[in-house]
Order: sequence, then C-alpha cells, then structure tokens
Amino acid sequence: MWYYEKKLQYPVRVSTCNPTLAKYLIEQYGGADGELAAALRYLNQRYTIPDQVIGLLNDIGTEEFAHLEMIATMVYKLTKDATPEQLKAAGLGAHYVNHGKSLYFENAGGESFTVAHIQSKGDPVADLYEDIAAEEKARSTYQWIINLSDDQGLNDSLGFLREREIVHSQRFREAVELIKEDRTEKKVF
Amino acid sequence: MPTYRKWFYPFISPFDPCPPLTPVSYETPVQLYLGFQPAGMEQFSPVQALAHGTLWPGLYTPYTNPYLEKRREV
Amino acid sequence: MADPNQLPNNYYEDLRVLQATDFTLVELTLYLDTHPDDLEALKQFNSAAQKSTGLRDAFEKQYGPLRQFGHSYSAYPWQWNKVPWPWQV
Repeated sequence: MWYYEKKLQYPVRVSTCNPTLAKYLIEQYGGADGELAAALRYLNQRYTIPDQVIGLLNDIGTEEFAHLEMIATMVYKLTKDATPEQLKAAGLGAHYVNHGKSLYFENAGGESFTVAHIQSKGDPVADLYEDIAAEEKARSTYQWIINLSDDQGLNDSLGFLREREIVHSQRFREAVELIKEDRTEKKVF
Repeated sequence: MPTYRKWFYPFISPFDPCPPLTPVSYETPVQLYLGFQPAGMEQFSPVQALAHGTLWPGLYTPYTNPYLEKRREV
Repeated sequence: MADPNQLPNNYYEDLRVLQATDFTLVELTLYLDTHPDDLEALKQFNSAAQKSTGLRDAFEKQYGPLRQFGHSYSAYPWQWNKVPWPWQV
C-alpha cells in the first residue's frame, strides 16, 4: 500500500502571475510523456520485470507521484487567482468552460490523458528501454518549457525535475546492465 | 570530460522562408557517458543535493535556454 | 498546524532542511536498488534515515503531522486534515 506524506519533495515557487505557463505545464501532468504516465508505466511494469529490478521500478514509480504533485502545485498556483478573462487570454478559455479552475489530466493541446501510449511489453529489455526513452522524453519536455518560461522561481523547480529525469535514466540504464549479467552460470572461485 | 551540449549547422537553402537561426543544439547529458555508477563518488551536502536535484556532482547536468546563445544570420 | 494564514517565520527553512535529508534518502534508495552490495552507501542510508526521523519528529511537534494512517501522532483536536496542504503553502 502507499502512505501520503504532507510535504512536497522540493519547494515550488512561482514568481509571476502568468497563467499561460499553466497551459504549458499541464503537458507534464496529463501528457504522453508526463509524470502521471511515468508513474503508471513503472508501477505497472514492476509485476513482470525480473526480481532484481522490481525495487527500482517500484521506487521510481513512487517518486513520479511526488513530481506529479509538484506540477499540480505549479498549475494550481498559476490559476487559482486568475480571472476568467486572464484564463481566456492565456489560451485556457476552453479549459475553463469545461473544467472551471480544476485540474484536468490533459496535454498542452487540451487532449485528454490516455493510457494508450503507456506500453507494457513483458520483455524486460523492451520495457527498460521504453523507460529510458520515457525519461529522455520527459527531460526534453522540461527543456522546451524552460525555453518558453522566464519565471525564475518556476524554472528553478523545473530544473530540479529535469535533473531527476537524468538520474532516473541513469538508474534504468544500470538496470539493463543488471539484467543482462549472466546469473545462471555457476561461478567457480 | 565530454561536453553536454552539441551544436550543428543544418543545410541552408536560399529559398528558406525565415532567416537561419543557427546553430541548432541538442543535449547529451551525463547519463550517456557515465556507465554503471562507480561506488564512492563525491557527494553534495543534503541541502546542496536538494538544490541540484541529485546527490552526486558527477550526475549533475544543468540546463539553460540555448536560444540565448543563438543568432539570426540575416 | 498553526494559524494557516500566519505560518511561523521558520516554517519554510525548517521544511527545506527536512526535504533535504529526505531527498538524500530518495537518492540513496535508487542508488542502492542498483548497488545492493555498496556497504558504505548502506551505512549512510541508515544514518540518514535516523537523522530524518529526528528532524521529522521535531517538525511535527511544531507544525503538525506529516504522515498518514498512524505513522504520525496527533494532538487534540485531530490535526491531520488542517490546512495548509503542501500545494497551498
């Protein structure tokens, strides 16, 4: 089971009232390469991955939910005090009509979240390579958002999240090394 | 030590509608080079680790907006 | 927690110190998942876990429970569902 802890993994600071950034950030909330997709992908794959890397998928999958909460915090802070007019100017008019100020699992283009692109192949190498690719795609998304944002506080938090993608990618690469080692061969000393 | 950002100049056509915005960059962060992390790598203090997003300076690959370094060739 | 609109001055700094120690534990956890035989990292993990427990106890005494379902104690009246929640601070 899971336990919630009443704190963010990393402090989220948003310096400017710029709801347009919320429209971009939602990509990491409900987009194909976002934090929700990552969490669901790893926690789903852990049932059939070789035993020695189950723990890694379990723990990275769990950390992704902490990242999802950070993204949600950014979106919440950027939209909670915005007027309908400001939301409209930020390209969030259609979102407001459908969802008010609530968060919705959608990408930056307004398409609903779908599990269709969360693959689970049951082949350890295929799954871990997908996980490495997922981390690199999420890293790129953070880069594109940073390129569009001049909010220093926000970019600090996004820099933290981007660095986490690098560390996760590193660990998944190590997981590939672990599962390709020959463990059935009897070692003679 | 490898560089973590690469640049390239794509072919430019005389018929390109926009003035070239070059060079083009892409990131090649540290996980592409490190291999299996060796034991005992130097560490940040806990507060510094949080600020950098990793416990190990050897895994830290920061990012800045590359468009700040590009130029339009008119 | 204390008056939700009047968080004590030290709140953010105290929180950051706890976040820093817990982040070290996240990093060591993922590292040990792929380096289970690294004894030095394991010792550091156990020592950081102990430090985190101490920091968390002190933080909770001042600002209220952090952990759900009985992993934190509560003063009277029930403190868990008091604001602020993490996305509000």
